[in-house]
Amino acid sequence: MNPMPLPDRPEIYFTVAALLLAIGIFGLLRRRTLIGMLISGELIFSAASLNLMAFNRFRAPDPAVGQIFVLFIMGLAAAEIAIALSIIIAVYRNYRSVKTRELSELNG
Amino acid sequence: MTAFPASQMIVGAIFLLCLATTVVGALIAALTARIIRSVCGLAICCIGLAGLYYFLHSPFLALMEILIYVGAVCVTIVFAVMLAEPDEPVRDEQRGTSLLWGGVALVVSAAIFWGVWHLGAQQDWTAPVARVSDGSVSAIGKSLLTTYSMAFELISLALLVAIIGALAVARTGRTKP
Repeated sequence: MNPMPLPDRPEIYFTVAALLLAIGIFGLLRRRTLIGMLISGELIFSAASLNLMAFNRFRAPDPAVGQIFVLFIMGLAAAEIAIALSIIIAVYRNYRSVKTRELSELNG
Repeated sequence: MTAFPASQMIVGAIFLLCLATTVVGALIAALTARIIRSVCGLAICCIGLAGLYYFLHSPFLALMEILIYVGAVCVTIVFAVMLAEPDEPVRDEQRGTSLLWGGVALVVSAAIFWGVWHLGAQQDWTAPVARVSDGSVSAIGKSLLTTYSMAFELISLALLVAIIGALAVARTGRTKP
């Protein structure tokens, strides 16, 4: 039996957060549509939030600070999603496509 | 020792379930070809993440994670998927090039994983001397309305600007001039 129960070990949370970040960056590099890249960006946001929450639980003197920080991250992620999706819809109206390979022309 | 010795094992099993849900959801979100499956993967990942937040002694954030990510962000992405048919295109490039870029992406993400993991998990972080507050919902509320009231108001302003900006951006080009 482990001396410390599994949910009380900080390394596990750090490892999962690093894994989420790596998966998000892999998706960001591999995806070829704008919405896929947006979803990968959300994964990276989640990785940052989990990392902050783990530090907040185990290493911070005031456990309320990290939670407030993560709440702000969630609010900003929601705002970012709204803006990015409206841009994607506007792009789709202009190009009839959201594939990153075809969006290669700049025109005012 | 608790009265029911198997309770710790049950808690550990639920914890492992949350971990697996998070990682598998993230993998689904990043690897599937269909975008709608990817959105579902993101939702699964966020549900697992809410469980992890619960284990990190913050049930309020677990609730908020499900409410905002699963309830708002994923549903909004599904709306965009319905409007813009964004399935991954079939590979039209050379197979060798595609494999090469996949390998490069894998190497980059593995290097980032190793670096962040080394920084976070292997380091000997100092534990706090004393806890100032207990991190409960009332403590969060008090901090939000005293210490962080400026940031709290600013984020409401940012959300307002985001709503107006999203409406303005999505409106252009809707009717032919």
